[in-house]
Amino acid sequence: MKVKMLSRNPDNYVRETKLDLQRVPRNYDPTLHPFEVPREYVRALNATKLERVFAKPFLASLDGHRDGVNCLAKHPKSLATVLSGACDGEVRIWNLTKRKCIRTIQAHEGFVRGICTRFCGTSFFTVGDDKTVKHWKMDGPGYGEEEEPLHTILGKTVYTGIDHHWKEAVFATCGQQVDIWDEQRTSPICSMTWGFDSISSVKFNPIETFLLGSCASDRNIVLYDMRQATPLKKVILDMRTNTICWNPMEAFIFTAANEDYNLYTFDMRALDTPVMVHMDHVSAVLDVDYSPTGKEFVSASFDKSIRIFPVDKSRSREVYHTKRMQHVICVKWTSDSKYIMCGSDEMNIRLWKANASEKLGVLTSREKAAKDYNQKLKEKFQHHPHIKRIARHRHLPKSIYSQIQEQRIMKEARRRKEVNRLKHSKPGSVSIVPEKKKHIVAVVK
Amino acid sequence: MSAVRAAESLLALSRQEELEDLPKDYPLSPSEDEGDIDGERKHQKLLEAISSLDGKNRWKLAERSEASLKVSEFNVTSEGSGEKLVLSDLLGPVKTSSSLAAVKKQLNRVRSKKTLELPLNNEEVERIHREVAFNKTSQALSKWDPIILKNRQAEQLVFPLEKEQSAFAPIEHVLSGWKARTPLEHEVFNILHKNKQPVTDPLLTPVEKASLKAMSLEEAKMRRAELQRARALQSYYEARARREKKIKSKKYHKVLKKEKAKKALKDFEKLQKVNPTAALEELEKIEKARMMERMSLKHQNSGKWAKAKAIMAKYDLEARQAMQEQLARNKELTQKLQTASDSEEEKGSVEEEGELLVPDTVNEIQRDADGPNPWMLRNPFNGPKEAKVQDAEQLLEPVAHEASESKEEERPGAEEDILLNTFEERRALRKKSGLSQDAEPLRKQESEDSSSQEVLSELRALSQKLNKANQQSGKQNMTSLRTVLPVQREEPTEAEEEPLLMQRPERAHTMEELEELGKEGCFQNKEVPRPVVEGQQLERNPHNLPGAPKEKKRKEQMIDLQNLLTTKSPSVKSLAVPTTVEELEAEEERHQKQMIKEAFAGDDVIRDFLKEKREAVEASFSLKPRRVLQEKTRICQM
Repeated sequence: MKVKMLSRNPDNYVRETKLDLQRVPRNYDPTLHPFEVPREYVRALNATKLERVFAKPFLASLDGHRDGVNCLAKHPKSLATVLSGACDGEVRIWNLTKRKCIRTIQAHEGFVRGICTRFCGTSFFTVGDDKTVKHWKMDGPGYGEEEEPLHTILGKTVYTGIDHHWKEAVFATCGQQVDIWDEQRTSPICSMTWGFDSISSVKFNPIETFLLGSCASDRNIVLYDMRQATPLKKVILDMRTNTICWNPMEAFIFTAANEDYNLYTFDMRALDTPVMVHMDHVSAVLDVDYSPTGKEFVSASFDKSIRIFPVDKSRSREVYHTKRMQHVICVKWTSDSKYIMCGSDEMNIRLWKANASEKLGVLTSREKAAKDYNQKLKEKFQHHPHIKRIARHRHLPKSIYSQIQEQRIMKEARRRKEVNRLKHSKPGSVSIVPEKKKHIVAVVK
Repeated sequence: MSAVRAAESLLALSRQEELEDLPKDYPLSPSEDEGDIDGERKHQKLLEAISSLDGKNRWKLAERSEASLKVSEFNVTSEGSGEKLVLSDLLGPVKTSSSLAAVKKQLNRVRSKKTLELPLNNEEVERIHREVAFNKTSQALSKWDPIILKNRQAEQLVFPLEKEQSAFAPIEHVLSGWKARTPLEHEVFNILHKNKQPVTDPLLTPVEKASLKAMSLEEAKMRRAELQRARALQSYYEARARREKKIKSKKYHKVLKKEKAKKALKDFEKLQKVNPTAALEELEKIEKARMMERMSLKHQNSGKWAKAKAIMAKYDLEARQAMQEQLARNKELTQKLQTASDSEEEKGSVEEEGELLVPDTVNEIQRDADGPNPWMLRNPFNGPKEAKVQDAEQLLEPVAHEASESKEEERPGAEEDILLNTFEERRALRKKSGLSQDAEPLRKQESEDSSSQEVLSELRALSQKLNKANQQSGKQNMTSLRTVLPVQREEPTEAEEEPLLMQRPERAHTMEELEELGKEGCFQNKEVPRPVVEGQQLERNPHNLPGAPKEKKRKEQMIDLQNLLTTKSPSVKSLAVPTTVEELEAEEERHQKQMIKEAFAGDDVIRDFLKEKREAVEASFSLKPRRVLQEKTRICQM
């Protein structure tokens, strides 16, 4: 007699550990699950709703400064350490995990204009309104020692910004000219000028480390080459650029935060047209910083909000604000790409999540799987109106909201006028200038 | 002497194109020493006197008619030539004197030479520098193009892009910070140090290295010779083996094998005498070979060759013999050696009995440890159909018990085998005829079965739904009262620069608020948004009444649009969905059940069905006797 037996692979129905869920065999044949798409839609909808429900980006506020926070710097080696300089010349070093100030230095008289850390993380530099550049040790002084800088350089003019080279013992300051300094010397190894105007910020390129970018108050952005000791090119915009930031993943891309409420992303090889114009702010953009992935950047604005832009989109994907946050002066994206810090006028440094609804802490594998699944679902159904509407909704304070409306009306009027002019003039006599070209005044060789 | 010097200086001057001042250095003016004006005037007079000696005026005095920029001492003017002196003007007066021939030549030469251009001004130079530098850097930057393009086009980037390799700390670094503490460790280290065992590179100890170094020249030569010989021998044997392998003669190989076997036997016997333990080992090897043979299917007349021979065996004596031979060989190989051949017969008999009872292939579990489970495998072609058939089966049995026992009694006996057979047949049939339900059944009984099946399955589904609905009946009020608030009208934004965010001064904290938000999005292009009472709409017109007012119809449509995707099918719980989601699903399900319940409110479906059936049966019965009667009457009439 033939005896037939069922044979199954226990791997398919026995759970691995007691803590695991019981395994249920499933046939994944799509024809057996005709309602899969509706089911997934519902899941996507719920995931989107939950994302908005759990979108609580604000983490902490670090208070302690006695004047507006003017500049921030990341520690290159320690994720938990942040440095900040205030308008009263005070520099504070913070521990983010404890959310406490671990060191306070009265560094300058007047503003601390710029602060930057050395690439090794053992020391940092500050410049202030008292025409000095000071070099500090990262560790505090021992017991009984006085708080003193390692070196102090007395300059002739006010320095308004500083940045350190990414690999060598060289730093750059700006003021009336861009100076390149060797750490060991008290005079600059070279200084580069182009025109006479106060330069507000200077930044080293993180990839091609000999490149520098600066922006001056005569509305221009100038690029420099440190090796050849010359400026390279200058682009003049409609309004003043406050600061620039290089893309850490793409050597020739940088973004400029402009007074005309916009940010401009440039390819430094073709300065006559920006790659992208990012607009959403309703007041001057004061600072910008890239995420270490180079895919997004965060901008701080005078309109009391910070916004996160994807590099390739002209509109922001996120806006953060709180009732108490005033004009945001500086912003930094942490090196693990998870958090954003911003320093504002009302003396606080705020810590935000880069993804508003991200769950913090260690995730179990199941949680991770669920997160990934939901992410994929959201992506899949993102264009459904119902879901899109929910995912796009953001709350704004009334002031910003009304300003947006106002500006929209203004823009619409301008556009209508342009169209009318085009309509009623001889064909060819009036040309439409694209948005990208509109804000570029000239490129100077 | 002075003339030559003067010429030289003139040359130098002419290079700079400062011709206006030329006459200053001319030899005719030895006034360099005299400082005061008085002397100069005297000198002038003297000069005039000398020149008048000549008789004719050498230079015409130029008349200054108007103000000119430069007034030459020696009345050299450049009138008519644009206020500029040319060299030829100067050369005119020199023509006559022969002593200045050399100077003249030089001057001529100078005239033929080209002058250098003016250096560019600073700004222009800087601009050129900048341009060159910019071109250089932009060229240097374009080396990043492919990498950046790749990163941009990548579907997914995982950061950090390049994982840092965990640095291997050299062992001496590790050891330097570590000290032996326990006595065992001390001992180990002592031994290591005594032998100068290298800690890092454990290839050769210093002693070994030293010994290697100590090898003398002769030793090295001898060693080399040995190696050479060994290599030569090896290649020779290899060549021979290859040659022998190529020989195709079967006879040769047979002889060879026999020879080898004989030799092996001899060796074994010898070994038995000399070294019994080694012989035992050998014996074990032989035993193992026997076991292997018994396990394998070799020489069991089951191979391809054997099968071919078996066909021929009927006619071909040789083939028969070959097969016999193979079997004999098998026997020989599997025969136990004399030492342990006591229970062979018994075992054989047992095996035979076993074979009689159960063929071993039957009880063999077809377990493929790493392969896919056959239950999980799906055949994409007939998978769903089979599932359907199974459904039908599942449906049939319980319903048969519940509702219509009479049908089951009709079947000849209650033999499950027959049932199974019929099912199998039907399955095969459906596979052939595809999805079509009206496949022609083979037998009468089958047709009956299938027809009853369909009816019954429908019935059962209905009754199930009804039961569930009854269970949930208490909760209907809650769900039916859910209303949707009126929504604001939303103008579509510009398509071109549509912002990614929908920014508003209102907050949306809770799920309900978000729900409303979503609805807003849906109704964006509706003209008049109005409050919609969910559920109640569906309750009011469960059947599509033809006379329903238009407005209601539209409302229903709206709901349909909305619920088109969200209507629930029996949901499979996923691990990934959070609990709140499940609650929502459950709610929706409840809603649906309630709908069904209301649709069938007030009618007992099963009872109705039974009633109808009874009526139909009665009708057929009442027809029959009538017909019989009619026939009877007809017969009577005849």
